Amino acid sequence: MEDLYSLVDWSRAQFALTAMFHWLFVPLTLGLGLIICCMETLYYRSGDVRWKHITKFWANLFGVNFALGVATGIILEFQFGTNWSNYSWFVGDIFGAPLAIEGIMAFFMESTFIAIMFFGWNKVSKGVHLASTWLTVIGASISALWILVANAWMQYPTGMQFNPDTVRNEMVDFFAVLLSPVALNKFFHSVTAGWVLGAVFVIAVSAWFLWKKRETFLAEKSMKVAAWVGFAGILLVSYTGDGSAYQVAEKQPMKLAAMEGIYEGSNGQGLVAFGILNPAKKSYDDAEDPFLFKIEIPRLLSLLATRDADGYVAGIENIIDGGYPVKNAAGEWVTAPSANDRIVEGRAAIQALADYQAATKAGDVAAATDAALRLEQNYPSFGYGYVNDLAQLVPHVPLTFYSFHIMIILGGYFVVLFVVVLLFSYKKMLARYTWLLWVFMLSLPLGYICLEAGWIVAEVGRQPWVIQDIMPTFSAISRIETSAVQTTFWLFAVLFTVLVVAEVGIMLKQIKKGSELK
Amino acid sequence: MVLNEFFYQHYWWLLISILGALLVFLLFVQGGQTLLLTMAKTPAEKTMLVNSLGRKWEFTFTTLVVFGGAFFASFPLFYSTSFGGAYWLWMAILFSFVLQAVSYEYRAKKGNLLGTKVYDIFLLLNGIVGVILLGVAVGTFFTGADFRVDKANLYGDIAMPVISTWQNPWHGLEAVADWRNLLLGVTIFFLARMQASLYFINNIDDDTLCARAHKQLLYNAVPFVVLFLLFVGTTLCADGFQLDPESGEVSVRPYKYFHNLTEMAWVAVLFVIGVAGVLYAVGRTLLSPAWTRGIWYSGIGTVLVVLCVFFIAGYNDTPYYPSAVDMQSSLTIYNSSSSLFTLEVMSLVSLLIPFVLAYIFFAWRAMDRKSITRQEMEESDHLY
Repeated sequence: MEDLYSLVDWSRAQFALTAMFHWLFVPLTLGLGLIICCMETLYYRSGDVRWKHITKFWANLFGVNFALGVATGIILEFQFGTNWSNYSWFVGDIFGAPLAIEGIMAFFMESTFIAIMFFGWNKVSKGVHLASTWLTVIGASISALWILVANAWMQYPTGMQFNPDTVRNEMVDFFAVLLSPVALNKFFHSVTAGWVLGAVFVIAVSAWFLWKKRETFLAEKSMKVAAWVGFAGILLVSYTGDGSAYQVAEKQPMKLAAMEGIYEGSNGQGLVAFGILNPAKKSYDDAEDPFLFKIEIPRLLSLLATRDADGYVAGIENIIDGGYPVKNAAGEWVTAPSANDRIVEGRAAIQALADYQAATKAGDVAAATDAALRLEQNYPSFGYGYVNDLAQLVPHVPLTFYSFHIMIILGGYFVVLFVVVLLFSYKKMLARYTWLLWVFMLSLPLGYICLEAGWIVAEVGRQPWVIQDIMPTFSAISRIETSAVQTTFWLFAVLFTVLVVAEVGIMLKQIKKGSELK
Repeated sequence: MVLNEFFYQHYWWLLISILGALLVFLLFVQGGQTLLLTMAKTPAEKTMLVNSLGRKWEFTFTTLVVFGGAFFASFPLFYSTSFGGAYWLWMAILFSFVLQAVSYEYRAKKGNLLGTKVYDIFLLLNGIVGVILLGVAVGTFFTGADFRVDKANLYGDIAMPVISTWQNPWHGLEAVADWRNLLLGVTIFFLARMQASLYFINNIDDDTLCARAHKQLLYNAVPFVVLFLLFVGTTLCADGFQLDPESGEVSVRPYKYFHNLTEMAWVAVLFVIGVAGVLYAVGRTLLSPAWTRGIWYSGIGTVLVVLCVFFIAGYNDTPYYPSAVDMQSSLTIYNSSSSLFTLEVMSLVSLLIPFVLAYIFFAWRAMDRKSITRQEMEESDHLY
């Protein structure tokens, strides 16, 4: 068993490493891409060649970032096979489709039109070039749509049915997968978060130019476009973030409890505005107080999570013990089962599957029908059958809690940032305050921290589930040696780090070089 | 024609074959990467070669990714068994493509940390390792692999419920040690270099480089033809597995792939047309140096031949991924496919493919209307 968990941990570490690297580049592609589209549209409409130079300057930086996004992305797709082979079989019938559609609909679009975007300035008309730039960015966004549909499905599996003959889950409703509320919310939340990062990037680089008293025309114009894109982005991020919290409360209550560090739930639950967790708390069932210090906004979490200021929000202990009122899939109020109840159900489901297979082989139709019925009844808890310790059901609380709060605080900060940039931009006072320019420049790392924190909340908070309630990470893996995964982990860690340093080096040189605007 | 599971399984094997065939054709980019050192004598020549390839590399890369995604969606048991089992083989291929993905954009840029030479070595590595190992991986469609599939593990072994297990500790490296796999890998390597020579002749307007490309065409076409004949000969003479569709049992059938050709005569015809296309392209390009359209004939020929290779690997009740340790675990297009519903949904999406091909054609035409010249390289503001 030790070996199994070591293998699972390293496989998870490798996936986390590659996904977090990938998530450094994708949001910038989405956000900077949209800003470039706006700039080139301004060039197309005004005919002012200065906008063309501005577009080309940012497009060069876009290209450097895009390359590394592509490089890190290929590993993610194939890793489902190399490191999560059991997962690939168990749900490949549903999960593979969005990946293939992403390839057909989005990747070719991006890779075709990006060539025109970079090399076509003198080869195609202005209109065709503009269309190519938009299509590149639309392609990137469609790509995000499909991968987030796939991710959302893991967190809220829908539109599928388990087939005991093929021993896998099979898709029965494509539109339920595509248009699941979690998928739509996740898509808009992630893509608009990309707009925010793109905007923060452009503002930071432009602030550097203003500080250096270079490229002032480019900097001032770029900041204005970026601030509008960023402002629109952060408003949509907030709206979809609220929707996300409500969905998490309903579909992944354990994740919500970890996000807020709640062990014992209550009605009228407050939202922790600022808190420091007690490091002495090691387990969900020890007597330690979860917090050393916290400031709460009364009843706000209940309001956000249940749309009722007095609504009940369950804590980690409650979810493990069960017994509190909860709405089921049909919208009826029922008593939540305990984790132990669900483990019993899960094991009954696995046993029913074994019985079904044995009965089918023996040609015993009655026994097979009975087993299929038991399997269907207990299937919603199938994944619990692989759990052998209740502690496995609790995600890493500090990581989820701090990531969530960092994300929220920085989200609030960005609202202020974009308003300030817009205000100073329209009053033409951007270059006047050096300290403000430094604030803009230093906001860039905060943008990356905010987005990575969001990713951690989504992915660490849902542990141990690779598919919510149906399959835990430890039954989703490939059977390879831990040392093999360790080796590839370090290879990727070194390679990607080197490439990121190279990317930053190139970007800095290109920024220093400036545009062709004279 | 009945649109049942049988139809869609064949249809998706056709799409996988098309993607595989396009991928092998597009490996001319990798072939070109291995020619950079020998063909370019001056920095300006290298810039022309790199930029000629640099405007196409993303298509090869994208086709590889889509090939993977489509395989996952249509035959998930292969994805699960081969990728999770032949871990090192696939990881080495992916690693080489990661290196490629940054190299074009970063190689000539200031501040790139490693220097142009290192990125050019990355391109060379991708051109050699990526291509040969992809060939080795496809070779296992004929030579088999050491895996066992037991779905009972999912409910029989709660502590390790993995259904596909590899039966040797080498996890894919053993495939490189099989000379028949390696033979296919090296064959594709020379094919890629040969196609790159034809591509350069078509895409670059420079007498010096064109003359060198003609030389390289000859140097690579000869070993390619010899190795290709060897591969075809050994494959057609080899034993293969035969599925009994009634019982689902797999057994050994001597000369299985030869029988596939005779039992599917249309494949044999396509194969001959493909081979003729490639030979015509090589022959005419070598005989009339002014003729630059060889890449089209050779490209279409390559696509046809690789299609046939996939057809004889997967059609006619042939297990396309034979298991060398447990014959009954072998994967066929029937036992490894997605459900009928998923295949139907995916088939509807596949109707978009002609539109995709149409805009790729439009974009290529717009970009390649004029061949690359020294002058364009000097004037361009975005160079690799």
